[in-house]
Amino acid sequence: MAFELPTLPYAHNALEPHIDTKTMEIHHGKHHQAYVTNLNNAIAGSDAEKLSIEDICKNISKYPAPVRNNGGGHFNHSLFWKVMAPNAGGNPTGDLAAAIDSAFGSLDTLKTQLNTAGTTRFGSGWAWLIVQNGKLAVCSTPNQDNPLMDIAEVKGTPILGIDVWEHAYYLHYQNRRPDYLAAFWNVVNWNQVAENLKNAK
Amino acid sequence: MTNDRRGFLKKSAAFTLGAVAAQALGSANLNELEHISESIQQLSAEAAIFTLPELPYAYEALEPIIDKQTMEIHHSRHHKAYVDNLNKALDGKNNTRSIEDILSTVSKEDKAVRNNGGGHYNHSLFWMLMKPNPENKTNPATGKIAEAINSSFGSFDEFKKQFSEAGMKRFGSGWAWLYAENKKLKIGSTPNQDNPLMDNAEIKGAPLLALDVWEHAYYLKHQNKRADYVNNWWALVNWDKVNEFYEKV
Ligand SMILES: [Fe+2]
Ligand SMILES: [Fe+2]
Repeated sequence: MAFELPTLPYAHNALEPHIDTKTMEIHHGKHHQAYVTNLNNAIAGSDAEKLSIEDICKNISKYPAPVRNNGGGHFNHSLFWKVMAPNAGGNPTGDLAAAIDSAFGSLDTLKTQLNTAGTTRFGSGWAWLIVQNGKLAVCSTPNQDNPLMDIAEVKGTPILGIDVWEHAYYLHYQNRRPDYLAAFWNVVNWNQVAENLKNAK
Repeated sequence: MTNDRRGFLKKSAAFTLGAVAAQALGSANLNELEHISESIQQLSAEAAIFTLPELPYAYEALEPIIDKQTMEIHHSRHHKAYVDNLNKALDGKNNTRSIEDILSTVSKEDKAVRNNGGGHYNHSLFWMLMKPNPENKTNPATGKIAEAINSSFGSFDEFKKQFSEAGMKRFGSGWAWLYAENKKLKIGSTPNQDNPLMDNAEIKGAPLLALDVWEHAYYLKHQNKRADYVNNWWALVNWDKVNEFYEKV
């Protein structure tokens, strides 16, 4: 079955003023849609059509570049929309808060590490919070790679992903990637991250 | 060399510069001269080995093809950051080498030198390789490079098609290139701020024409439509400059 563009779990303007309406419209409706369309074209008629996007990513070294680029693009953006929400931000609670404290010492340290992972990723890519051997860790990947991929430098199960392609912030923040990353924490959906952590374990 | 000797060389070099500056200012006052010499010394100790080149045209000069805001941010923010970060990465280690020279052995340097040195070189080239075309007239290759393009790629249209494709297919951030490898014209692309001068690049040769396909080069005007940016950009190519580079190879 062909992959489909997931609907956004909120309106395009719901993340204003931190992420603007036009950016959300183009990011979801054009960029993500193109990844889905190109992924479907790249796997048409192959066995990959029967697999989940996670299973494709886990064996990505067996596929040609268009599957890696567009399959990654589809998985990463699908996660990204869910880990943001209107009226979100704040502090995580419960098991997630405990896991963050034990891995990083504090929420602020985690944020700083993710901000650094995002700002130091040269060119296009993603910053990640992953579960690795039951513990939380921070890493980044180039382009549309992700930590599920067997070719990733750092592997694990992503529970939070931040898009640092210029298209994610350029209309509103232009060259100021650090400002975008700072604003992201106002829309981070910790409930979803907590849910992702539970599923990853 | 002892520290004293190095200090002396540095000071005398700064003094010479100060004297030149004072002369240029039409000042013969010795106190003032020493003051200038000191501030130049301070400047060269703290900052710029490489500097941001001025654009050879105004920010709005490439309208309607590339908008003023894009040019302004691209030059004064992105390119400026590459220059600043390159100087920071070299941290006084470079006093004499040209950017081309540094890139030719970049595999031995920090990643920051590769990224920002590439960024500085590529953008310096990119600005030179464009010129205003306010009426958006068709702009085919001219001179010797036109002949070389025809004999290498069959026709100008075929060349344009292949070069545009190189820019379109570069996934993520990067550059499309026309370059000369052993005097042969080739088309290729590089990721991020890599370029064909780098000893660790996938393609190697002398750059003749460069197109920035980072999203920052077109996003304000074209958003996700990189193809529109690439297709429109051809009207801006400064073929005189391309010929100048071609004559050197
Ligand atoms: Fe994206
Ligand atoms: Fe650029």
